[in-house]
Amino acid sequence: MGVQAETVKSPACSACTASCTSQLVRLGIGTTGWDYVIALAGNPNTGKSTLFNVLTGLRQHVGNWPGKTVVRAEGSFRFNGRNYKVVDLPGTYSLLSASSDEEVARDFVLFGRPDVTVVVADATRLERNLGLVLQVLEITDRAVVALNLMDEAARHGLRVDSRSLARDLGVPVVPMAARRGEGVADLLGSIEEVATGTYATRPRRVDLRDPVLESAVQTLAAEVDRAFPGLPNARWVALRLLEGDESIARAVREGTLGELTRNGPSLPDKLMALEGR
Amino acid sequence: MTLDMLKPGESAVVAELQSQGAERNRMLDLGIVPGTRLEAVMRSPLGDPMAYRVRSSVIALRREQAGRIRIELL
Repeated sequence: MGVQAETVKSPACSACTASCTSQLVRLGIGTTGWDYVIALAGNPNTGKSTLFNVLTGLRQHVGNWPGKTVVRAEGSFRFNGRNYKVVDLPGTYSLLSASSDEEVARDFVLFGRPDVTVVVADATRLERNLGLVLQVLEITDRAVVALNLMDEAARHGLRVDSRSLARDLGVPVVPMAARRGEGVADLLGSIEEVATGTYATRPRRVDLRDPVLESAVQTLAAEVDRAFPGLPNARWVALRLLEGDESIARAVREGTLGELTRNGPSLPDKLMALEGR
Repeated sequence: MTLDMLKPGESAVVAELQSQGAERNRMLDLGIVPGTRLEAVMRSPLGDPMAYRVRSSVIALRREQAGRIRIELL
């Protein structure tokens, strides 16, 4: 069937955006140098691994139970002449992690500095999924929301206004049905635009609304920045400390927070340690 | 009353989260905040855990956890 589709293609096809996926080259695990690193984040069971497989051509196990992707999987693809590394993170409801696999996802989005974080959201449970979306937008400008399972949503009579959502969130929102390959071309286009900076995102940030809290956060963030120069998201760390987040407090006390920055080898080590448990 | 007293088919609104720390965070992550509508969907064979509908997802909570969510019956 696929062969037939190829033969009817005229030269004009490759120029139009509808055939964008034809410019997708799945590279499997082969990651010898890449231009951009993409993180796939999202609630459990939203189709992250399905999307990962569609993008990379790999066959990372897809299954309908929570906690399946325990450590991150990596793969790569080529699109429009650029190489992308894709990191499939364990599903998480929040960046205020409760479990060790959630911590892996959190640390990577926070300190691994992916060029684009794709938040895969379940269109049929959008309300719950938006919590994580907003948390990701707190810590990075470079995000794309993949509104997955749109086919399921349609089956349940749900219609999602992705344009309004994109306007409200300030980042691209791409409706998709990853398991059918629908929306993949648009997603690739959006990833490229955000990675290259062609799409200027204006992520929605939740205002703290309390001047006392705001000034406490600023004071503490400055301290965090002094203790860990170059650490991204010092403000986020300050908020967690004020909240009494024990895992962040420990990382600050032990000085391991700094290891999570740019050249820190601690993430792979941490993953190994997790696997060994 | 607390959520563990809700019977299958009944609905309620969250009045207060009485849990602390990680458990409280977990509830917030799942979208259980004051004002959220909850519905008891079904009981497991032993009556614990129970399944609840929250923001169009169905989640299971232990009786102990449900007991720390104060509700108002609808």
